[in-house]
Amino acid sequence: MGTVISVEHLSKAYRLGQIGTGTFARDLEVWWAKLRGKPNPLLKIGQEDHGNRDGEIIWALKDVSFTVEQGEVLGIIGRNGAGKSTLLKILSRITAPTEGRVKVKGRIASLLEVGTGFHPELTGRENIYLNGAILGMSRREIDRKFDEIVAFAEIEPFIDTPVKRYSSGMYVRLAFAVAAHLDAEILLVDEVLAVGDAEFQKKCLGKMGEVSSQEGRTVLFVSHNMAAVVNLCPTSIFLENGTIKLREQSSKVIEEYLRVPSVEKIDLNEYRPKWALPYITSVKLVNARGENTDTVPMGSDLIIKVKYSCPQGRHLSKPFLGITIHHASRGTVGGLNTRRVELRRIDRPYHSATLTCVVPHVPLLQGQYTVDIWLGDEPKDVDALMGCLRFSVIEADVYESGRPPDPRIGVVYFHPRWEIEIED
Amino acid sequence: MTIKPSSITPQTSENWDLIIQPQRNLLDLRLGELWRYRDLVLLFVRRDFVAAYKQTILGPLWYLIQPLLTTITFTVIFGRIASLPTDGLPQFLFYMSGTVIWSYFAECLNKTSNTFVQNASLFGKVYFPRMAVPVSILISNLITFLMQFVLFLGFVVFFILRGTPIHMNWAWVALSPILVLMMAGLGLGFGIIISSLTTKYRDLRFLVQFGVQLLMYATPVIYPVSSIPARFQPLLQANPMTPIVEAFRFAFLGAGTVSPGQLLYSFLFMVVLVFIGAVIFNRVEQTFMDTV
Repeated sequence: MGTVISVEHLSKAYRLGQIGTGTFARDLEVWWAKLRGKPNPLLKIGQEDHGNRDGEIIWALKDVSFTVEQGEVLGIIGRNGAGKSTLLKILSRITAPTEGRVKVKGRIASLLEVGTGFHPELTGRENIYLNGAILGMSRREIDRKFDEIVAFAEIEPFIDTPVKRYSSGMYVRLAFAVAAHLDAEILLVDEVLAVGDAEFQKKCLGKMGEVSSQEGRTVLFVSHNMAAVVNLCPTSIFLENGTIKLREQSSKVIEEYLRVPSVEKIDLNEYRPKWALPYITSVKLVNARGENTDTVPMGSDLIIKVKYSCPQGRHLSKPFLGITIHHASRGTVGGLNTRRVELRRIDRPYHSATLTCVVPHVPLLQGQYTVDIWLGDEPKDVDALMGCLRFSVIEADVYESGRPPDPRIGVVYFHPRWEIEIED
Repeated sequence: MTIKPSSITPQTSENWDLIIQPQRNLLDLRLGELWRYRDLVLLFVRRDFVAAYKQTILGPLWYLIQPLLTTITFTVIFGRIASLPTDGLPQFLFYMSGTVIWSYFAECLNKTSNTFVQNASLFGKVYFPRMAVPVSILISNLITFLMQFVLFLGFVVFFILRGTPIHMNWAWVALSPILVLMMAGLGLGFGIIISSLTTKYRDLRFLVQFGVQLLMYATPVIYPVSSIPARFQPLLQANPMTPIVEAFRFAFLGAGTVSPGQLLYSFLFMVVLVFIGAVIFNRVEQTFMDTV
């Protein structure tokens, strides 16, 4: 035992807006002006001079310090933009910190995505080797684990088929199988479990749990899936605005995380480029009177309003909206998708629109729920926000019997009809 | 008095395997780490080969068709129509040697100069020594080059058998692996410098494609050094590729203008360039994910 990761006063700054001016000629112009002692010609009047860079600095992480002991499985939770991904990126050496340092004992493997570097033209076998090597395994290590990986992924008959012919389920299984067999002492895992079918997810969670309890492997696990965090991680860190707000037993951390409602609390667009694609500008929950809310009484209508903006010429003529609802600790409840129904086609250009989804008499039990939103145009997604909305369902007398359903069983309740027939 | 094990721990617990810091030392190039990832380098090479010619009819034959077609084109245009001198060598062999040699350098440069931009999504998800990508490009291009060079040697033998007097300089032939290394180094050096700069200045990408084309005309690929007036010679010799191309021709075809001093200049140029490139690349790889 001992400390295997020591994070000391770690900070990371990003500059908003462009880095530099993007073209060499412009930079030369700025440099030439500076040389003659003139002000930066590209700056607007009244704008402060930050060298030749415009835009503000934001601190994605600010003075974060913590340690992780060997064999610990630590959850990291926080809202979008709280610094979770930045922290993982620094730990996995994808980007360097601005200040502070991290000391690590043992080999780190990061799993920010499954199937990184998979090449569609290569066979399953070739991709196992390539992906394994990208993740830091040597050829000999992969040789040793090859059969185990193939068996875990359940793809034996297709091992010499190019992966472009795989179903998406097979693809993900293979990709995760490679990752699950990494020998690193420290494993960094981001949201990757969001993919794959439920059965396989469970197998992977099991594999990760097994790995950490038996071999003393240390795992840092970032997720919006609170059920997975509770199951896997005894303790968690709650990141907020780039600092650690709480480090405690996972159930307590999640309680705190869910305590603060998220209705329009965060500026969703701060971290996304504004020029690229249509993007979601707000997600809110409203009640029957149209007021913002974060609580829904059992059995009343669930109304989610998603507002999005489209840049010039990029409006969505056939907007697709996907909504996934998760229970705080019992997993995914279900998904709603406009792809399943026909939505009116919009031919005239427009800049912004609000899509409203009404689920009449939502049959959810009391508890905490989070919502993921996807916005897309045929055929692909243009924007997605995970865990962007949080709400609680509060108890109501849905059976009009004075005895509401038992909130400890499952996530939904039904309106059953009971009949009894005496046989004898 | 016995020393308790715990009194040793303070020192051993400071034995960290990895320290992540804002900027590592400029000269901390981590070549040892690259060596540990050698399997990855080879797998990248394999991937590039397998992927490039899957679903093509002729497959790897394209490696041979490309230089042949270029050589024929050059022979017709520069040889027959423009009648440029070829140092007394058969035009076909002269242009083929130039094409094969030049394309190795050009391909190394072109492909390595795209390292960061093309691999941004991969680099954004997982860490491995970024230098693995340009090094794998050098190796896969080396295999292509060797295949093309064997084809070239086949034509040399064919011309000799038909009675063309070709005099190989064996001492220089023995030197040719170093010449290949120098080309690889020059391609790599220019390539990684450009790839590091393209993370900031996208314009450079356009400059490269076109710059490499122009550079070919500043190198004795389609004409020999001997055909250039003496007052322009120093200008031509300042190009570090010039002595290499001429040395190759001198070695395998027996005609070329090159001195050991000029080769030494090229070699030193290559060493300095690779060093500067590695330092810049090393600096950029730590934070480029924030800019692309």
